[in-house]
Amino acid sequence: MTVDSSIPIDAPGGGLHTRLFASRRILLGSVILLAIILAALATLPMTLGHRSSLYYNSQDAAHVRQRPCLTRPFGTDSLGRSLLGRCLLGGAISLAVGTAAALIAIILGVSIGLIAGYHGGWLDALLMRSVDVLYGLPYILLVILFKMAFQEPLARLISPNAANLIVLFSAIGLVSWLTMARVVRGQVLSLRAQPFIEAARAAGLPQTRIFLRHILPNLVGPVIVYATLTIPQAILQESFLSFLGIGIQKPMPTWGDLASDGLLALNPLTAYWWMLLFPCTLLAVTLLSLNFLGDGLRDVLDPRQDAAKL
Amino acid sequence: MFRFIAYRLAQFPLILAVIYLLTFILAWVVPGSPFERNDRKLSVQALQRQQEEMHAEHWYTFLGHYPARVVLHGDFGPSLSYDGWTVNDILHDALPVSISLGLLALIIAICCGVGIGAMAAVDKGKALDWLSLSIALIGISLPSFVVASLLLTVFAFYLHVFPVGRWEHISDVVLPAVALSLMPMAYIARLTRVAMIDVLSNDYVRTARAKGLSRRSVLWKHCLGNALLPVLSYLGPAAAATLTGSFVVEKVFNVPGLGQHFVNSVLNRDQTMILGTVMVYSVFLMSLNLLVDVGYALVDPRIDLGARQET
Repeated sequence: MTVDSSIPIDAPGGGLHTRLFASRRILLGSVILLAIILAALATLPMTLGHRSSLYYNSQDAAHVRQRPCLTRPFGTDSLGRSLLGRCLLGGAISLAVGTAAALIAIILGVSIGLIAGYHGGWLDALLMRSVDVLYGLPYILLVILFKMAFQEPLARLISPNAANLIVLFSAIGLVSWLTMARVVRGQVLSLRAQPFIEAARAAGLPQTRIFLRHILPNLVGPVIVYATLTIPQAILQESFLSFLGIGIQKPMPTWGDLASDGLLALNPLTAYWWMLLFPCTLLAVTLLSLNFLGDGLRDVLDPRQDAAKL
Repeated sequence: MFRFIAYRLAQFPLILAVIYLLTFILAWVVPGSPFERNDRKLSVQALQRQQEEMHAEHWYTFLGHYPARVVLHGDFGPSLSYDGWTVNDILHDALPVSISLGLLALIIAICCGVGIGAMAAVDKGKALDWLSLSIALIGISLPSFVVASLLLTVFAFYLHVFPVGRWEHISDVVLPAVALSLMPMAYIARLTRVAMIDVLSNDYVRTARAKGLSRRSVLWKHCLGNALLPVLSYLGPAAAATLTGSFVVEKVFNVPGLGQHFVNSVLNRDQTMILGTVMVYSVFLMSLNLLVDVGYALVDPRIDLGARQET
């Protein structure tokens, strides 16, 4: 009898095979992502510049809903605006939404997870039960309520567009930190029980030093992984808000907003397919590479992580 | 085991009360009263009467009367934005629709997700892994409104396989259920893949193969069961979300389910409806999580439920 080699039997702990596959995913994900980010950022002066042909809001009644051609590679939308320019600026804003959400998730999630895990006792119980309660609410309710509650007051203080962006960023960020807090707390709990922390304490190191030099660096891996996985979720949440019509303020574009506009242009009689295809492809490719990157990083940085905590 | 269940059940009212209070505060800080509407102005008398009926002159009178009504009679009161409807009526109509649709979606998600994940794990790093993972990831890489509309366009408009915007026959359920299942399917596939890779590297798998058991038998009987544990713990929240419906799927396929009310109640500032939907969702979530924990202990005898309370 020959052993069937198609059942992979690796050394315990995943082995080189997993890591190689993971690193290839990381490479692929980060290269594509970098290309898209660079393209979106490098063209910002053009997409925001009034005189450029790529300006996101330059309407042209003579060229409404034009098919993609050499002069207008992505075609035009129903107001004759260059879809390429709108896709590029939309990408920059979508990625900014994702990044802001990830940053808020890191700041809130890490500090609350750290405090809960390190302090323990009643504070831990209080914080974690609050996280449980927030998990028990449908997140979309929180996002919409937050947005409706703070949009108008803030718009009175600063310009409406800036208020819209800030509230959008924070509303999505504020629902994204829960998983991060749980992961960080679990990690801190397991770190705290390890001998090197005990040794540091026995050596008489002050609390803050143990905190900053011994616990925080060990959290970097899982935090990066979950931050990477937060970005695609935040971008999707923004697209859902745009679908509801309470996302970004028009005429500012995001990929989600462009996709829901493109959907409206899609009907069985005349298919303006480019208005749906380009934003959706960009969105899907970006989210795919972010997910690839996050999954790959998790395999490499965080092999012991309980998959159930996804 | 029974102590654990009793302990968790005893916690239910407390957690529900906290969620209720939090939702109430959130719903009340949002500017704009549900009684003042843009489409038609109520006369002063009508407004007063409505407010008196609901004890809603002030937030504290509302907070004082309304919970008693909910707890004692299980009555969420009249909907503030749908005239002539009570919240209970709406829930009663919409919940069965969402549950039947959600059940079918869950079954699809579990079967396909586990299949894709297991396939990817067995073929780790090769073509099938990439292919199945990419297919699964598309489910979470496109907004659900795009996927749902594309499904509708392709299968209903061009191929005429399924009907459009109807909710009468069994065949009307398929397309929305598929759309609803994509998201949990992708997560289940990823969880299964990671867990399966982990399980396959165990010594007992090698032993079973060395004993001469067939590949299929090892995979199905020895590995899959153990690999499904992480999936089980994801199923609690996933099932709660799926069974209470999705706004996008219901809007695109014209399904009279509960999901639309989650969004509409907030947009309409319909406080009683917000509380109703949130309470239903929370009860679903907590019961399903309890069920999952009990199921966990039944599947894996090493798990000590008493110990889980502490963590």
